[in-house]
Amino acid sequence: MVIVSKNPVYSVIFLILTFFAISGHYLLLNAQFLFIVNLIVYAGAIMVLFLYVLMLINLNADAEPMKNKWLKIAGTVAGGCFLLVMVAALRTVDTKGITAQVGGGDIGLIETLGKTLFSEYVVPFEVSSVLFLSAMVGAVVLGKK
Amino acid sequence: MPINLYIFVSLALFAIGVIGVLTRRNVIIIFMCIELMLNAVNLLLVAFSKMHLAEMAAKLPGATNNGVDGQLFVFFIMVVAAAEVTVGLAIIVMMYRNVHSVDVNFLNRLKN
Repeated sequence: MVIVSKNPVYSVIFLILTFFAISGHYLLLNAQFLFIVNLIVYAGAIMVLFLYVLMLINLNADAEPMKNKWLKIAGTVAGGCFLLVMVAALRTVDTKGITAQVGGGDIGLIETLGKTLFSEYVVPFEVSSVLFLSAMVGAVVLGKK
Repeated sequence: MPINLYIFVSLALFAIGVIGVLTRRNVIIIFMCIELMLNAVNLLLVAFSKMHLAEMAAKLPGATNNGVDGQLFVFFIMVVAAAEVTVGLAIIVMMYRNVHSVDVNFLNRLKN
């Protein structure tokens, strides 16, 4: 639905739906911190940003001319082949009895994740803050031109 | 929940993202497909972290902290994706101001 709808706004709405579904998976896997972060950051912030840009540039529904049909078919076939090859390769892997624990286990809680984040992963955390700062500055500079 | 179900769901999401990137011309939709692929990888990472936890907890009962790394990787992927989206959307808005379109085919004049 994300890729077949003509109107980009519908695409965004379906993508939000997909993100909610993925958040539901996180909740089922008892990764509560990631559930909340996924809802706030993805479904909240990023998708609103996408919608805002869509409104800003005021796309018409027919902004995308259906010029080259063969290119579209070729892309679909290539993606389908990718899926087919990966599924065929992974189908023979012996995963009997290997399960992901649904519910239970407290590694997804904020306490555990926070302790690990601020003890073993301090340096990547600070680097990501620098990355955020540079992204902010870059967005402002690009937007002001 | 068997792990291969998660693997196949993530593969399907990733393949949908690949097809979207290959077939659509709208820059914003291509961007959204990239987000979809990132989320497929995130889902798989979380599933694998829980798989690792269950496996290690069966082997040595005292260990409860296995698999935290996977979820932290997901957190960092989200951080990087957020930064990428801000800069990318700024670039898209600037491109729209220049060429008044979001079709990627208009970008081929970059090669002259």
